Amino acid sequence: MKILVCIANVPDTTAKINFTPDNKEFVSTGVTFILNPYDEIALSKAVDLTTGGGTVTVINIGDASTEPTIRKALAIGATDAVRVNSKPRDGYFVARQIAEYVKTNPFDLILCGRESSDSNGSSVPAMLAELLGIPCVLFAKRLTIEGTTATLEQEIEGGKEILSSPLPLVAGASEGMAEWKIPNMRGIMSARTKPLVVIEPIEVPQHTTVKSYDKPIPRSSVKLIAAEDAGKLFDMLRDEKKVI
Amino acid sequence: MSVLVYIENVQGKFKKSTFEVISFAAAIAQKQNLPLVALSIGDVSDEELGKAGKYGVTKVLKAVGDSLKEMNVQPYASVIAQAAKAENAKVIVLSASFSGKGIAPRVAIKLDAGLADNVIDLPVMDGPFIVKKGAFSGKAFAFVEISSDVKVISMIPNSYKVVESPGSAAITIFETQIEAKDLTVTVKETKRSTDKVSLPDAELVVSAGRGMKGPENWGMIEELANTLGAATACSKPVSDAGWRPHSEHVGQTGIAISPNLYIAIGISGAIQHLAGVSSSKVIVVVNKDPEAPFFKAADYGIVGDAFEIVPRLVEAAKAFKSSQNG
Ligand SMILES: Cc1cc2nc3c(=O)[nH]c(=O)nc-3n(C[C@H](O)[C@H](O)[C@H](O)COP(=O)(O)OP(=O)(O)OC[C@H]3O[C@@H](n4cnc5c(N)ncnc54)[C@H](O)[C@@H]3O)c2cc1C
Ligand SMILES: Nc1ncnc2c1ncn2[C@@H]1O[C@H](COP(=O)(O)O)[C@@H](O)[C@H]1O
Repeated sequence: MKILVCIANVPDTTAKINFTPDNKEFVSTGVTFILNPYDEIALSKAVDLTTGGGTVTVINIGDASTEPTIRKALAIGATDAVRVNSKPRDGYFVARQIAEYVKTNPFDLILCGRESSDSNGSSVPAMLAELLGIPCVLFAKRLTIEGTTATLEQEIEGGKEILSSPLPLVAGASEGMAEWKIPNMRGIMSARTKPLVVIEPIEVPQHTTVKSYDKPIPRSSVKLIAAEDAGKLFDMLRDEKKVI
Repeated sequence: MSVLVYIENVQGKFKKSTFEVISFAAAIAQKQNLPLVALSIGDVSDEELGKAGKYGVTKVLKAVGDSLKEMNVQPYASVIAQAAKAENAKVIVLSASFSGKGIAPRVAIKLDAGLADNVIDLPVMDGPFIVKKGAFSGKAFAFVEISSDVKVISMIPNSYKVVESPGSAAITIFETQIEAKDLTVTVKETKRSTDKVSLPDAELVVSAGRGMKGPENWGMIEELANTLGAATACSKPVSDAGWRPHSEHVGQTGIAISPNLYIAIGISGAIQHLAGVSSSKVIVVVNKDPEAPFFKAADYGIVGDAFEIVPRLVEAAKAFKSSQNG
């Protein structure tokens, strides 16, 4: 089985997010970048699915600064990697680049994360699937493959559903699909020599542009309620905040 | 030309978030001076559909058919794109619910439209069309310009109020063409817990963390939630340990929520947890450690042992509810 895992390079989950004084750009100096946590679940699943045979290719749309993240993916167990040499402009741009690659390099299964922790769009997987004319199960918590059929469990409003889909398909990994894998020494050593191909992006129309950023207004300081007065909470929530 | 809103139902009924998106779309339509058309897919009674008219919809398109009975992303996306073309829709609005998130990107591709997802406020429409959306896992907002002729936006539940506007809607059947290639995925089973409030669109959420010590202690958390009519949530280590289902896990790697009230019990307030809950309107924290970081992100704090405080809250919530009803 040939699996493609789409990986995003995102700020570390503990990173403080700051913007330039004009609020137009994210300041990345001093920020550690990591493999998007959901993509790490997707990659772990792909490695599990190919233990009996098969390959796992990872693809990233990013400039050269994303290579440490790509190497980490190779250390976790990917077979080879592709980097499309461009900053990711928006979800549509990313999906088009991946679709272009997949048209000449077909896969049995494409795994993504359910969302990236910087853009939070959850838009790449479904756009990619639409461009390729295949199904996408975006919030997949479980995935099993038998022959050319995948069975998936997906989160829905107020519950879950079990789906059956033919391959190829795009699945967005959610918590629970696989255990996070920690690269071992052998993985880290071999990652240095695994193939990483760099290709140039195709031209894509731009429909959306980030104009500026903003940060939430910090909360005013906390109002402490003494433990013995805990019962007064609901009256306060009603009278002061009108939320209940 | 028109604005099209997709009105999502769960088992034939509209949720509050459906009326939120209608109100949101109505405000866009009014600003753009365009009629608002609503599209419903699947089996929904005319009585239920008629409700859309109370929020500014003038026409409801109703798409029904054997292949549209259960929510299924591909045929649903095709129907929405067909309706958008038939109505010459310039803006298509959906809810950023689980199904909406699966559908919206496909609709955008089909219509060659720009997509803005997770929108949290009305777009600015004097000049360029600019939306405000969440970014960096709740740590920031991005203002995104959509420059394509047709625009698709998905709105986060609970981020816009329901606004009634007098009027009524005419309901018409919308004829659809569903191709076989859209029907390769089959839903084998659906499990919904009907007695529980669904987390992503809950207005009130009671959440608990590792401070609860073990799954056997969740009885009081559920009792508090049930009394208030709230959904339950938990921190990541709690779902990792299997104390609670993964679907309750909130935070950067879980569900991001923005309820009116978030009560966090025995949760330290790690940055990854805050990422998913910091856009809650009011936050209450119960923690025995006065130094817990969560107090810095809270509106109300109670320092104390959850095993003493929560029973007190349950009692107070019951009294509060009965005084409200009585
Ligand atoms: C990549 C990554 C992603 C992550 N994503 C998430 C995420 O999405 N969501 C998430 O929640 N976490 C996430 N985490 C984990 C996060 O960093 C914290 O470890 C986690 O949120 C801590 O959970 P907790 O507050 O329940 O437990 P703890 O940190 O153990 O805190 C327990 C709290 O309970 C209090 N307490 C103990 N006993 C009592 C008592 N009797 N009464 C009252 N209070 C008591 C303690 O004072 C303490 O503050 C992520 C971590 C990483 C590295
Ligand atoms: N720059 C990128 N390169 C490769 N894959 C990406 C990139 N950005 C997003 N993805 C994939 O798309 C998923 C959803 O991202 P998003 O649509 O940005 O929320 C991620 O979890 C990745 O699997």
